[in-house]
Amino acid sequence: MSQLLKMAFRDLGRNKRRSILSALAVSMGAALLLLFASVLRGEIQSAIQPTIQLQTGHLQVRAVSYNENKISLKWEDLVANPDQVIAQIQSLPQVAVATPRLVASGIVTAGEDSRGVQVIGIDPASEANQVFRQGLIAGQFITPDDRDSIVVGKPLADKFDIQVGEKVNLLVNTSNGNVDEQLFTVKGIYSTNTTTYDENTVFMPLAKAQTITGTENHASTIFILLKDQTQADAVAAALQSPDYQVLTWQKMTEVISQTEDLANSFMYIFYLIILGITATVVTNTLVMSVFERTREIGILLAIGMKGYRIMAQFLTEAAVLATGGVVGGLIIGGLLVGYFAVYGLPINVGAMGISGYLIRNIIYTQLTIKDTIILTVLTYIVTLIASLYPAVLAARMEPVEALHGIGD
Amino acid sequence: MEVTKVINATRTFKIGEVETQALRGVDLSITNGEFTALVGPSGSGKTTLLQLIGLLDQPTTGSVFINGKEATRLNRDQRADLRKGAIGFIFQFFALIPTLTAYENIELPLLLNGMKPAERKARVNEMLEAVGLGERAHHRPDQLSGGQQQRVAVARALSINPSLVLADEPTANLDTENGKQVMDIMQKLNKDTGVTFVFATHDPRVIKYAQRVVTLRDGLIVENNGNSTKA
Ligand SMILES: Nc1ncnc2c1ncn2[C@@H]1O[C@H](COP(=O)(O)OP(=O)(O)OP(=O)(O)O)[C@@H](O)[C@H]1O
Ligand SMILES: [Mg+2]
Repeated sequence: MSQLLKMAFRDLGRNKRRSILSALAVSMGAALLLLFASVLRGEIQSAIQPTIQLQTGHLQVRAVSYNENKISLKWEDLVANPDQVIAQIQSLPQVAVATPRLVASGIVTAGEDSRGVQVIGIDPASEANQVFRQGLIAGQFITPDDRDSIVVGKPLADKFDIQVGEKVNLLVNTSNGNVDEQLFTVKGIYSTNTTTYDENTVFMPLAKAQTITGTENHASTIFILLKDQTQADAVAAALQSPDYQVLTWQKMTEVISQTEDLANSFMYIFYLIILGITATVVTNTLVMSVFERTREIGILLAIGMKGYRIMAQFLTEAAVLATGGVVGGLIIGGLLVGYFAVYGLPINVGAMGISGYLIRNIIYTQLTIKDTIILTVLTYIVTLIASLYPAVLAARMEPVEALHGIGD
Repeated sequence: MEVTKVINATRTFKIGEVETQALRGVDLSITNGEFTALVGPSGSGKTTLLQLIGLLDQPTTGSVFINGKEATRLNRDQRADLRKGAIGFIFQFFALIPTLTAYENIELPLLLNGMKPAERKARVNEMLEAVGLGERAHHRPDQLSGGQQQRVAVARALSINPSLVLADEPTANLDTENGKQVMDIMQKLNKDTGVTFVFATHDPRVIKYAQRVVTLRDGLIVENNGNSTKA
């Protein structure tokens, strides 16, 4: 074994540049795999957490007949007297905050342009809406008593080229199936760094939303955040009632998990491509090395070395390359992943927009120990497999042919 | 005792449609302790015959015996085992492994034969002394002259205490002085240890060393006798 290693190191050492380049190819392969995996993990987190924060909460209480996709505003589809329901919910110790929301579909028009949006009536003072208040980048947040003010997301403001203080026309569906419209002043512009949400969500105070839609003292949903998100099922059970449907965040973010599974299977294609390139480089290097050393193989055969031992020699060289490559890959990959874990990786959300799926415009990479081990071992094994062909090529040589040219 | 015996061996090479009969029915017997030269014009089959005897190649028809064992009946690995323990090679090129030092090159066949470390070390040093390269043990081939490299090759071939050493034009790439040095060493080892040598050569100065000269022409042995030119 030590003889194999000694010869492997010396053989790799004779063409240092080539050996280093092929180890580097293995490193780059491993590093890219780690980076992809960490981006994917980071993305899952960056998709689920904002979706919970902005859209689903940890729990929602709705009328039994409410259908989220229809955005119904009929009284029987809504929660009546939300304040009473909230008082009950907030008596549970696990609940951090519960707040009513009224959701209506609408159309914003400014100048020539118009655009479909969801209009959400909120309690501006609620803790649950802190995320929007804090995301304010211009103007001021709405107050409960505002009657002609709205807050819009930055992408929407940019699209219409509207500033704080300017007016837009907002057309809103009403409870009786008609529409109502009014000029609203843009009081503030917010950004949650989640383009898919910000570009089509407009806020107004709950009271005003109830007035314009004719849904007096009703809410579409009670939005609940818990102190600990793992308590969702327990709290949902406690809130169970024939009058309401209670949805947990796991249920509401199901589409994300499913999309992630799909994304995962696409990742395998990436993995295959990367590993394929790595394997090709390794195979090429070793095949070249086998041909350059044909005569030496002849000498080794002449002094009685057997095919399997020559094969073991080339496999050992591949193992040394793979080890160096994988260590390098862990270093390079670790640095890349570490950098993007701290500074984030900006992504083009437009290209990845999937409805019902909020992605933050920046992904913070996350690498699990399991991913690291699996991918490192995978790279190592693929490198060894890639060296099988050259190793067998060397082992199968006939002594006379390998020695050809010697002694003639 | 016969170290090797070749019976009615032929070897035909086929490249595409063209067939070359390198050996056309050769019978040869070499006994223990011989120092035999294989001579003949270029293309007469010297190298081919050495390769058959050295089990590096198989005859098209006929058979080759090593120490009474019919090698032509053995498989690839069995022939490798027989080479490993019984046959040493010296080539025209100083066929050393370039990444290994002189010491390590000589040690390699001993490692393959599973010799114990202490014994191995003693043996390698003994061989280095025998070829006058004790000082150069840790030089790599590219740090040695051609003559020194060939002496390492001789030491390697002899290290395993072989029954038979086959040398294909061992001095062809050496100047007169170095060629003489190598031949002197080979002759001395033959005398001292009784190892059997068969060497192919064109060089009259080398032929002089032989006890017996076998002459090939067009793949056939045309003369096989004691050395008339021997000094
Ligand atoms: N691998 C091969 N393929 C085809 N023909 C070969 C092969 N090896 C040898 N020959 C042919 O066989 C014949 C004998 O060659 P061999 O090498 O044995 O001659 P030689 O006596 O060693 O010649 P030299 O003195 O030039 O070394 C030659 O005609 C040669 O061309
Ligand atoms: Mg020849």
